[in-house]
Amino acid sequence: MEFFRIKHDIPFMRYGKITTAISLITFLFAIWALAARGLNLGIDFTGGTLIEVTFNQPANIDQVRQTLEQARIKDASVQVFGASNDVLIRLPLHGNMGNSKSSDAVITALHSLDASVTPKRVDFVGPQVGSELYNNGALALMVVAGGILLYLALRFEWRFALAAIIANVHDVVIILGCFAFFQWEFNLTVLAGILAVLGYSVNESVVVFDRIRENLRKMRKATIPQIIDNAITTTMSRTIITHGMTETMVLSMLFFGGDALHNFALALTIGILFGIYSSVLVASPLLLMFGVKREHFLKSTTKAEVSANGAQV
Amino acid sequence: MNRFPLWKNLLIFAILLLGVLYSLPNLYGESPAVQVSPDGNAAKANALLAQQIIDELHAAQVNYTSVNLSGNSVVVALSNTDSQLKAKDVLESRFGNGYSVALNLISASPAWLSAIGAKPMYLGLDLRGGVHFLLQVDMQAALGKAIQRNTSDIRSQLRDQKIHYSDITNTSQEIILHFSDAATRGLANTLITKNFPDLLLTEQGNNGDFILQADLRADALKHLQDNAVQQNITTLRNRVNELGVAEPLIQQQGADRVVVELPGVQDTAKAKEILGRTATLEIRLVDDIHDIAAAAQGQVPFDDDLYTERNGTPILVHKEVLLTGDYITDASPGFDQQSGQAAVHVNFDSRGARIFRDITHDNVGKRMAILLVEKGKAEVITAPVIREEIDGGRVQITGMNSPEEASEVALLLRAGALAAPMNIVEERAVGPSLGSDNIRKGFHANLWGFVAVISFMIFYYRMFGLFAALSLTANGLLLVALLSLMQATLTLPGMAGIALTLGMAIDANVLINERIREELRNGSSPQAAIHAGYERAWGTILDSNITTLIAGVALFWLGSGSVRGFAMVFCLGIVTSMFSAVTISRALANLTYGRRVRLASISI
Repeated sequence: MEFFRIKHDIPFMRYGKITTAISLITFLFAIWALAARGLNLGIDFTGGTLIEVTFNQPANIDQVRQTLEQARIKDASVQVFGASNDVLIRLPLHGNMGNSKSSDAVITALHSLDASVTPKRVDFVGPQVGSELYNNGALALMVVAGGILLYLALRFEWRFALAAIIANVHDVVIILGCFAFFQWEFNLTVLAGILAVLGYSVNESVVVFDRIRENLRKMRKATIPQIIDNAITTTMSRTIITHGMTETMVLSMLFFGGDALHNFALALTIGILFGIYSSVLVASPLLLMFGVKREHFLKSTTKAEVSANGAQV
Repeated sequence: MNRFPLWKNLLIFAILLLGVLYSLPNLYGESPAVQVSPDGNAAKANALLAQQIIDELHAAQVNYTSVNLSGNSVVVALSNTDSQLKAKDVLESRFGNGYSVALNLISASPAWLSAIGAKPMYLGLDLRGGVHFLLQVDMQAALGKAIQRNTSDIRSQLRDQKIHYSDITNTSQEIILHFSDAATRGLANTLITKNFPDLLLTEQGNNGDFILQADLRADALKHLQDNAVQQNITTLRNRVNELGVAEPLIQQQGADRVVVELPGVQDTAKAKEILGRTATLEIRLVDDIHDIAAAAQGQVPFDDDLYTERNGTPILVHKEVLLTGDYITDASPGFDQQSGQAAVHVNFDSRGARIFRDITHDNVGKRMAILLVEKGKAEVITAPVIREEIDGGRVQITGMNSPEEASEVALLLRAGALAAPMNIVEERAVGPSLGSDNIRKGFHANLWGFVAVISFMIFYYRMFGLFAALSLTANGLLLVALLSLMQATLTLPGMAGIALTLGMAIDANVLINERIREELRNGSSPQAAIHAGYERAWGTILDSNITTLIAGVALFWLGSGSVRGFAMVFCLGIVTSMFSAVTISRALANLTYGRRVRLASISI
């Protein structure tokens, strides 16, 4: 069984302008979405209270709203969540509800409406903790990008490292842009997913770069674009299958993992789809643009060969 | 060329066997249990207690699976949560006084598995239900309290030494003393330097107003902060014991924060109230005049309270509170210089010392009771006889049975009150139903994804797909075994991490298999193709896993809570996948094809 029997190399580099243009447009769109709409940050980052309660019968949202207003709980957002028995209540940090006691007040108020109400989940994040989580998240993103950049620069060459990291940070921006555009909630788990996918997508560039390096030695007469085309074509089968398998797992999470993993799986899905595109069709044209030459690799290949312990036969 | 030496095959087999053994407890899961442990160090859990528990359960007709001694507690295993709750009620009404009775989960695996240390994975709060609190210690208040105490101590010492100051004020950070001449200021400087080593003094202003400014030294400030956090943790631990939580986690996080995790707790309002409660220490006089026997019958004199001492004897105590714990600066366990008995050394600040001197001066020969009051409930810690007037604010309390008890009393005295107020800055509560829901969802996400992936692999790569499927299974097994062995906390994002690493791990096998196909296409012999496929793919696999590992490590370092759980699983999964995808699938390929010298074709 084989899906990809490609006889001739596909001239990817000839389409370089088109692929770069497509990614530039998506990238700009993502930036616009981020600037115009902003991320819908979850309480992990903004601080606030989130309460998930279950009623014994389908909940009457208007009644819940009225009850909360009567209890002087202001600015509460109430929505049905999952089954119609479940209600999600969010409280912002400002006003009279900015502390850990707000959830108790809400539950007491709801008990007066219906004694059968049981809290399923309560999250309270104070303002300081929220901004710390936000800052740590941003720091983690930079540490990951910097770490990968450094590793690839040591293992290959700085042009490779830069091309790979630009391609993958571009993915991150697109994921963030999608979250901003659709106003999906962005929380800690989503951030974890984005960082994981950043590390994972770079794999794609590594595989292609590895092959480019190998081809440079084997295909003495070929031009650089030809070498890159060949590398992408020969690794294409692996690219599609690997990503297909990972995406299968992610889809399983999306369908079976419930609400808690929903946005996490969404972030991964976008990341994986754009990861294929960008690490192949963005990183490689960038590599050409940075003026990569045969000598750059051959020099670093000898180093790499030593460090990989003779892995390259 | 495609044959592993025997030792390598044996090693792989041994690792897989360990993997099976240590992941096995997760199949058995955990069963509900009730844990009875004695409060404090005095009582011990022993066979007698176990027998009493068995009798009690028999009497109430509660069916249990087993009753075992475990550390300093007796653990009763039950078949379901209904009988668990029933058993808790029964045991609480019988042993509630003196023992803490808590709901718990124990491993349901057979004894031989527990004997080799194999336990099920430790489930995080989002999977088992419970509350997580992050509390912030108000250091500004702790500092203010220390400055206040030092100010009054300095004031009284200056007065005692007849050093005249014109004014003494303090902010929440520093103390300012005003003198009318440089000589007096010099005297004060010497005195304070000698008696208050924690304070850093600076002299200012020489025209008319002679100022001496005292700040807390940096190391003293650090000590103060550490102590405040430590004391608050001790206090919290005592309070949590009251809640009857089996495995509470209370630990410091960062410089000024405390994490409290209470598995199984559902009533968050009650938990918050107990954590936020303040306790105080009281010193009162013992009423030895009235008849204790009559009081025990119910005729308690009007201005007395009836309590029981720690050893169980009833005691009558006057209602009037002579001194409170607010004046205690330190309490530490030690020994009596003369008798060698265990003792507790208590330090009062200067005001407390003066009050204590007056009490002891007026009541030589009488007994004084030291009580710990928490939420209106008082307990007599000790009631020693006052032998002489005690001056200087250093008090030695004897009468403890053992050094352990002395350190416990010292701890109680220190821990009676919070050193500084605390605020809840983060709270995450998950109900038990949502927890089991999460387990189910996490499991299904893994299962169906896994089934889909291995089905496709076998369909697409045939024999080598089967190798990949088997090594992916081994990968999952080893990951679960490692998580169980390390007792790392498994959270819902952690379960997602398992799914994700399995989905990513297959990449290594895809790389290898594609490479083998390519080598075959280029005209290599099957044996050479297998060899080249594994060897050439290895460098790429290493590179790509390291970049993923960088992301995992950064997440672990900067993440918090459940994200950390994800990062942990993610990192471990990368390590196990590098082993299983390369070594195990290679071993399978070698065992299948390696022996055949003339191999015409392979199934890929």
